[in-house]
Amino acid sequence: MNFQLSDDQVALRDGLQAIVEGRFSLDDIRAREDAPSVVNRAGWQALSDAGVFALLVPEALGGLGLSITDAVVAMEVLGHALVPGPLVGTILAAGTVAGAAEGTTLVGIAATSDRGAIPGVIELPSDCDGYLVLPSAREGAAPATYVERTAIAATQAARSLDPLHPVGRLEGPLVASTHELPGTADALRRKALLLTAAFEVGLAAFALELSVSYAKDRYQFGRPIGSFQAIKHLLADELARLEMARAQLHYAAVVTDAPDIAAIDGEVYGLSSTQLEWRAVAGAKLLCDQSAVSATKTAVQVHGGMGYTWEVPVHLALKRARVHATMLATSDQMADIVASLTH
Amino acid sequence: MDLRATPAEEAFRANLRAWLAATLPTLPAKPSHTDWQARRTYDTHWQGLLHSAGYAGIDWPVEAGGGGASPVEQLIFKEECERAGAPYVGLGFVGLLHAGPTINAEGTLEQRTTYLPKILSGEHVWCQGFSEPGSGSDLASMRTRAVRDGDHYVVSGSKIWTSHAEVADYCELLVRTGTEESRHKGITWLIMDMKSPGIEVRPLKTISGSTEFAELFLDEVRIPIENRVGVESDGWRVTMVTLSFERGTGFVGELLESMRLLRELTDLAKRTGAYGDPGIRRRIGQLAATFDGLWALTKRTVSEAQATGIPGIGGTVFKLSFSEAGQKMADLAMELLGDAGLLFDDVNHATDGQLLGNADHVENWIKSFNLTIAAGTSQIQRNIVSERILGLPKEPTVGAKS
Repeated sequence: MNFQLSDDQVALRDGLQAIVEGRFSLDDIRAREDAPSVVNRAGWQALSDAGVFALLVPEALGGLGLSITDAVVAMEVLGHALVPGPLVGTILAAGTVAGAAEGTTLVGIAATSDRGAIPGVIELPSDCDGYLVLPSAREGAAPATYVERTAIAATQAARSLDPLHPVGRLEGPLVASTHELPGTADALRRKALLLTAAFEVGLAAFALELSVSYAKDRYQFGRPIGSFQAIKHLLADELARLEMARAQLHYAAVVTDAPDIAAIDGEVYGLSSTQLEWRAVAGAKLLCDQSAVSATKTAVQVHGGMGYTWEVPVHLALKRARVHATMLATSDQMADIVASLTH
Repeated sequence: MDLRATPAEEAFRANLRAWLAATLPTLPAKPSHTDWQARRTYDTHWQGLLHSAGYAGIDWPVEAGGGGASPVEQLIFKEECERAGAPYVGLGFVGLLHAGPTINAEGTLEQRTTYLPKILSGEHVWCQGFSEPGSGSDLASMRTRAVRDGDHYVVSGSKIWTSHAEVADYCELLVRTGTEESRHKGITWLIMDMKSPGIEVRPLKTISGSTEFAELFLDEVRIPIENRVGVESDGWRVTMVTLSFERGTGFVGELLESMRLLRELTDLAKRTGAYGDPGIRRRIGQLAATFDGLWALTKRTVSEAQATGIPGIGGTVFKLSFSEAGQKMADLAMELLGDAGLLFDDVNHATDGQLLGNADHVENWIKSFNLTIAAGTSQIQRNIVSERILGLPKEPTVGAKS
């Protein structure tokens, strides 16, 4: 049993880290706040050149042929840097949708919620060239489809909570597409949840690092505020949440890659390998939602008045955490799935 | 990352599983919780069986007579024992997990050969004399005093939270040999024979109504100098060596037990109809996800220990999350039980006419308060996590002499 990052994964993480630091500095990202397009196309191209969008594309099709676990490691790095853009959809569309792997086609995700057949809002309407449409669990075996941006309803002009991940409210239903994607929608949905959860782990780690650093530097009453238990205990709790969430995320990625492990572990709980995968993925998304939401909220509190300013970047992580804990699926839906597989 | 077992790990698991399947049915009925002598007989019998099969002190080095198991094998051992419903380490806890490893690391050859074999075989039961009524979280403030008199230490003071003192043969005892202000630098680690004159054991009744713990009152107890482990006044370091034996598997049994209780609770919710409430279902889902996450964290910690020899931060943050999840589960159980939760005995029926099975859950609720207090309160854990891992400055020390 080995649950450590492999040497290749460490190299992937560090290599991507270097690219992200060069192309997606906070200054660069912040220059796009409230801009019509939040995606830095040169940076996006650099990610493509590094193979980020071809991570899951089989080598025979010109991709890197890597695993979901590898993709999760990469997404943590991108989340830590708050990289804007439709990362999850583009990674999952690559190999199927022309131009996605090459960085020329930006693909968002439109997940229909269990509460209604159409998504209320879609992500990044000004940046995406098309969307993966994921049917809800309620729609049974319906396939996932790809639909071009031009073929779907317009969105209303409305201000978004997150200036770096704007969403648009659809004025009508999504137009049905006949461009079916290979594989089951169910498996695609699990992968989307995992990659989103990995981005959240990156956000949580970023928020915690900012908070720790601030708590060491900020003096009140003649000492660093991080020396007070009222502050340090909040941060200890965030680290505990983060480490647990990350461990479950990696576990869920490993069983997604290896159905034989899912089958062995599922046997213990009386679950099939697919059920075990769902339990692991839903649990991971739930814990990562909670880690990201909580760590970013705590970051605002620890930064005090400064945390309430636009200037300090804490609010950007806070808002992105809200976006990702909401759009693809809510935390409650994840808890429902885990409960239904606990018996 | 590859969570598949190696052939050696697979074989270890298969052999253990077969041994457990053959051995557990031979065990006598579990004794009453309050009958200390019967518990001692039961636990030492189990330890003897483990010993004959080569599973005693699985985590101890081979040179000390143990199993020399790798961290992953230790994890497999605990997992299989829990899933098979094997007895817990029970009264052997202190000897096997604290005193024995300390003597092995810091004791003389004579001490090692005198004490270690009988800990492994189950013949000797040990208890722990660390905490004092005035020294809980601040253990280094302890005041139980040892004064040299010829070739003996004469010890007076009191200790608290001493598990199974009633039936223990020996006590790992921390005493003050330095000045009152010496704190960590004036503590000595002694082996105390529990038959020595001057020891009074008083059962300590806890909020569960049971007497799992005792208080020790020591009145001029004479302990031979050769019972000192390590040099005089170096006992704090000697104690820390023990604690570093932890390889991230300390709570495996408790975690798997919690997962089992949650499945029972889910069943209970279905039997009482409460499962129809989405709020209840989500709390079950949340707890299941949390325990799954902690199980993944355990694997991560063990894997780190296996690869690097150091368990890493997973083990440090584990207890914080686990103890709070355990309390949340206990609260959920009490809400599900309603007024049946006001009785310790299982005399209430669910709508299906069967007994509710409340006894375990009520007992568990009371005991859950212990989770955030014992072995380092959650407040102390948060200090450790924030200072040692996050590198935040130490809290201001008001009045404490260090």
